[in-house]
Amino acid sequence: MSRLAQAFARARSQDRAAFVAYLCAGDPDFDTSLAACRALLASGVDILELGVPFSDPLADGLTNQLAAQRALESGMTAARVFELVRRLRETSDAPIIFYTYYNLVFSGGVDAYVRAAKGAGADGLLTLDLPPEEAGEVVTACRTHGLDTVFIIAPTTPESRIPVITAAASGFIYYVSREGVTGVQDRVAGNIPEAVARIRRHTALPVAVGFGLSSRAQVAQVAAYADGVVVGSALVNIIREHLGERANISAALAARAADLSAGVGRGVPA
Amino acid sequence: MPAATATGIDRFSLPDAGGHFGRYGGVFVPETLMTALQELGTAYDLARQDPGFQAELRHHLKEFAGRPTQLYFAERLTEHCGGARIYLKREDLLHTGAHKINNALGQALLARRMGKKRVIAETGAGQHGVATAAVCAKFGFECVVYMGAVDMERQALNVFRMRLMGAEVRGVEAGQKTLKEAINEAMRDWVTNVRSTHYILGSALGAHPYPMMVRDFHRVIGQETKEQILAREGRLPDEMVACVGGGSNAMGFFFDFLEDTSVRLTGVEAGGRGITRGDHAARFEGGKLGVLQGCKTYILQNSDGQIELTHSVSAGLDYAAIGPEHAFYRDQKRINYAYACDDEVMEAFQTCSRLEGIIPALESTHALVYGLKRAKEMRKDEILLINLSGRGDKDVQQVAKILGVKL
Ligand SMILES: Cc1ncc(COP(=O)(O)O)c(C=O)c1O
Repeated sequence: MSRLAQAFARARSQDRAAFVAYLCAGDPDFDTSLAACRALLASGVDILELGVPFSDPLADGLTNQLAAQRALESGMTAARVFELVRRLRETSDAPIIFYTYYNLVFSGGVDAYVRAAKGAGADGLLTLDLPPEEAGEVVTACRTHGLDTVFIIAPTTPESRIPVITAAASGFIYYVSREGVTGVQDRVAGNIPEAVARIRRHTALPVAVGFGLSSRAQVAQVAAYADGVVVGSALVNIIREHLGERANISAALAARAADLSAGVGRGVPA
Repeated sequence: MPAATATGIDRFSLPDAGGHFGRYGGVFVPETLMTALQELGTAYDLARQDPGFQAELRHHLKEFAGRPTQLYFAERLTEHCGGARIYLKREDLLHTGAHKINNALGQALLARRMGKKRVIAETGAGQHGVATAAVCAKFGFECVVYMGAVDMERQALNVFRMRLMGAEVRGVEAGQKTLKEAINEAMRDWVTNVRSTHYILGSALGAHPYPMMVRDFHRVIGQETKEQILAREGRLPDEMVACVGGGSNAMGFFFDFLEDTSVRLTGVEAGGRGITRGDHAARFEGGKLGVLQGCKTYILQNSDGQIELTHSVSAGLDYAAIGPEHAFYRDQKRINYAYACDDEVMEAFQTCSRLEGIIPALESTHALVYGLKRAKEMRKDEILLINLSGRGDKDVQQVAKILGVKL
């Protein structure tokens, strides 16, 4: 069983959703980022979604754009991202997936990139600007080297497209709970349960839901019907708020993650 | 000069249904936009086969934009070079000042058919933004134009023109604050407002169906040119030259000559301060295959795949990727590519202004630089056509600044 499958199975056996946390690799610098990711994993995060910083993150809102910019300015490269994963693997067995843009995977050769990602200890790729129609090479390379391929389903995705996406996907399906770029929002959209149910008609893969969740109550609301809850911008904001006191980032993140992830249980009221 | 190689390619067979020009093009966007692009593709397919749509577009191109534009014999430039007979295709005479209006009109009509109420656009030089603002005023769309903060400064006049016509111009502060960042921001807006909004992309770039659709809306440039040169000279030209930012004016100019293999076609990129990293925007000089903002094409990038900084004196050519159809025809050796540097552009800008009484856009001046060089090498009985994609009114403040003239 892959690490992702294990993580979802464990959460399910505990009657809760898996807690998926997003951070940008190298934000705000390599060492702080390594400590931050370790702190998150130690605080009980089930799956780490590691943003690979890109110069042109067109699916991301300002919070993640600035995070990528900080990471790149601090000297993050493809090699350093792999190094970060390698270092995380020294202390954690939790699944780590890359949240990335296709040019970063494509530019030096897809197969070589996927092999290197696997070698570093990554478990999957979520490539934001790569629809399944164009993903043949990535899917083949990932199957060959044993990485999962996570794909997004959006509120605008018609049901007829869902099988096209699930056919290329493995690990889990990521349902983005709103139309728009990443970033914190106040309200959870009302039609998510229907959307998740629609996806489940086409696949047995776990369905994680995210984009803009920022409170324990929102997490609890989503955890009631999703297999995984993704929190990103709310955590990245913690880093941004602590840029002047980087030594405190890990503790602040762990506290925030613990607070949010307390919402994943299904039996207990949030 | 050797004759161009015959391609044997049916130009109408490209792109394929997935938007591919050979290994270039395609659809590389977030899932949220996939359905919108498919709907746009379907709407465009219907429109292009609809005589009613085509007639309406022709009407507005004539009445609003001022088509056809002249194919003007540039007598003094010809004399100055002492070689080929030089003609200028006067897209600079169009309403709003550049070829961009052809595409803006076409897409606005399409947006109306699709029932969209709101239009967004990106702009570099501001010409596409101005054209979009104009058609939005004309058809009553709400209009938001994204523009890099650096471009807003160097094309301040165009910012004011857009605002006069009722568009909201939103400055983009990210990255190098030019065209690429404006496109990122426009795509973010579109992802967020996809149901109500049509995105009028301004060049033969991005995800399918844009490269094809934008090219089609500019084909009128080449179609008119062909008729005009045959009427005037009784034969096809020997060479045609256009500048290439994303590639829309060039593709529109060249498309109806692709099968006339005796006509040499040359696209001119921005060489900026010279071909060193970060100093230019010549994608075929140092760029490599990659994926940016919706399509696979040649891109200026580092070894990790991060997009490189670019530079050009002309905002409209200052962009890290080139339209996918250009990459395809370069591989086929059907279109040749060259580049012109900032200092040569400044010189040709003044030469054309002085000798012809025509102030060209800095973008178009890149085509002039190469065209004037080539004309000198060509025989007097040969014919060279240059697409003057826009007028230089928008550039005079910047040129004055570069020349050290206080206005
Ligand atoms: C006058 C003019 N020519 C050319 C261009 C470059 O675009 P394209 O390569 O799509 O024709 C621009 C872009 O702003 C422009 O304003």
